[in-house]
Amino acid sequence: MRPQRRTSLSRALIVILLLVSAVVALTPLVWLVAATTKGPDDLFHYTFFAPRFSAQNYHDLFTKVPFLRYLTNSLFVTGATVIVQLFFSSLAGFALAKYEFVGKKVVMVIMLTTLLIPGQVVMAPLYEQLYHLGLVDTRLGLIIPGAVSVFGIFLFRQSILQVPDELLQAARLDGCSEFRIYWDIVMPVTRPMIGAFCLISFMAAWNNFLWPQILLHHDDKFTLPIALNQMIGIYGNQYGMLMAGTLVSVLPVAILFLVLQREFVAGLTAGAVKG
Amino acid sequence: MSTTTVVNPSVQSETGSPRWFTLQHKLAPYLFVAPFLLIFLTFGLWPIVKSLILAFYATNGPKSNVFVGWNNFRFLFADQSFHRAVWNTVVYAFWSVVLQLPLALGLAMLLNQSWLRGRNFLRLAFFAPNLLGQVFVGVLFSVLFVPQYGLVNRALHALIPGFALDTEWLTNPAWVMPALVLTSLWMYVGFNMIYFLAALQAVDQDQYEAAMMDGANGWQQFRAVTLPGIRPVAVFVLVTATIGSFQLFELPYIMLNNSGGPDNSGLTIVSYLYMNGFMTGDLGYASAVGWVLALGLLAVSLLQMRATGTWKEGKV
Repeated sequence: MRPQRRTSLSRALIVILLLVSAVVALTPLVWLVAATTKGPDDLFHYTFFAPRFSAQNYHDLFTKVPFLRYLTNSLFVTGATVIVQLFFSSLAGFALAKYEFVGKKVVMVIMLTTLLIPGQVVMAPLYEQLYHLGLVDTRLGLIIPGAVSVFGIFLFRQSILQVPDELLQAARLDGCSEFRIYWDIVMPVTRPMIGAFCLISFMAAWNNFLWPQILLHHDDKFTLPIALNQMIGIYGNQYGMLMAGTLVSVLPVAILFLVLQREFVAGLTAGAVKG
Repeated sequence: MSTTTVVNPSVQSETGSPRWFTLQHKLAPYLFVAPFLLIFLTFGLWPIVKSLILAFYATNGPKSNVFVGWNNFRFLFADQSFHRAVWNTVVYAFWSVVLQLPLALGLAMLLNQSWLRGRNFLRLAFFAPNLLGQVFVGVLFSVLFVPQYGLVNRALHALIPGFALDTEWLTNPAWVMPALVLTSLWMYVGFNMIYFLAALQAVDQDQYEAAMMDGANGWQQFRAVTLPGIRPVAVFVLVTATIGSFQLFELPYIMLNNSGGPDNSGLTIVSYLYMNGFMTGDLGYASAVGWVLALGLLAVSLLQMRATGTWKEGKV
């Protein structure tokens, strides 16, 4: 075979393999979207979209269960977690990157050690603790223990280390307070990392199942993952409605991802590639 | 670090006197770490210490504790269903990591072609499944795996001659693990591909040219240039994917209707922890299981780093 033909052949093979993989990755999602638009008789009758559109699943979703309530709960808990985590983690990351202070080494070593311990270890004592604080079955009990992210602090420390010291020093000579340096100089410079962190933190809080499942007892405080799980138990055979619930639950993450895509990939791989 | 330089005190700060300005400069780092430290010590470090103590107690909810010594661990290691949970978790972790990593690397290498158009779209497509949390994937796939009508059985029936349309993925114990591994591949291959792609793009292109000049074929180039170039990332992906697999919980728990599945074929260590610790209100037992999981994870990670030679170099 001539080299020219061999190249185009191998290129064609690569494209075919990639397209097949993309089809495998996307088909379940397309099926999910299609399933939400079909009535119960059409669901399995047509593999994907049916000729007649039905809004019944969405209607059921918001009338048979207080789905709007679950959605609001999730948005509130996740939004609050992301904002508080972002603020505390970037602030502490800034301190660890740009200041020398007593106990800095100790704090860093303790943080690194706790990164090695999986979350399941602390759940039992944490539950006990929140019980004594009267925070069991409250949204606050979901937000407060998750208000700091050790991972986030390292992420921010890493990116703030690259901010030149001269920049901060110049601001000091201009009479900027340390907090204004953080707010007006450090935060704007680390914007890509903020984007990445927001998405990672949003996804973690949004998809969190085990902790809300343990902590929340009453239906009116449920977040989407545990609400959907409860719905399977009650409406297990109403696939269309469950699929609509799944799709609505996934949409906020998808939208946020599309907005923050570029920052996300950069942030995700920043630590790993540099090793 | 230059930040220890004394600030010019003659500058009148916007917020007050020069003395105040020097003070806030000195106090700033402590104030900045204070909120984090306060929450971390209360809700991070203290529970870790407390769980070490709690692991030696039998509890009935948060109100009553009885010291039981090593009994939690004795019971745990003798419990048949815990053995089953460990076995399931190890089998799942093995298959999902062994299949996930080569697929992710292969996909990244296919995608890493400068002539290829639509790379951003393809990358997005491969990553898309990862936007769904395990719970949502679990709900979706429990319907996709339905016998007779489910998309998975229909597709496999059409593609593979002799594949039974009524294969019961989630109710036949023999099929539960394959169903979980397949689902995990769908979820995570694209995610790990992102890491491999970034690593491949960081490999020095001159090395490929040098290898080609030496007459190395594709496989030899892969062995001599690509693999050493991506090794740190590959080890990182290996260790994190393994840790993630060992913590598998939501996916089987949702797909198997909040149970360990038929014949406990989908019971994992974390579902064991949840069902035998939290659902029964025995927080002490939950802590004991948690610590066994933590130590197991640590051992597996160290073994992997040692086996891949990362240990000696002292870096991950």
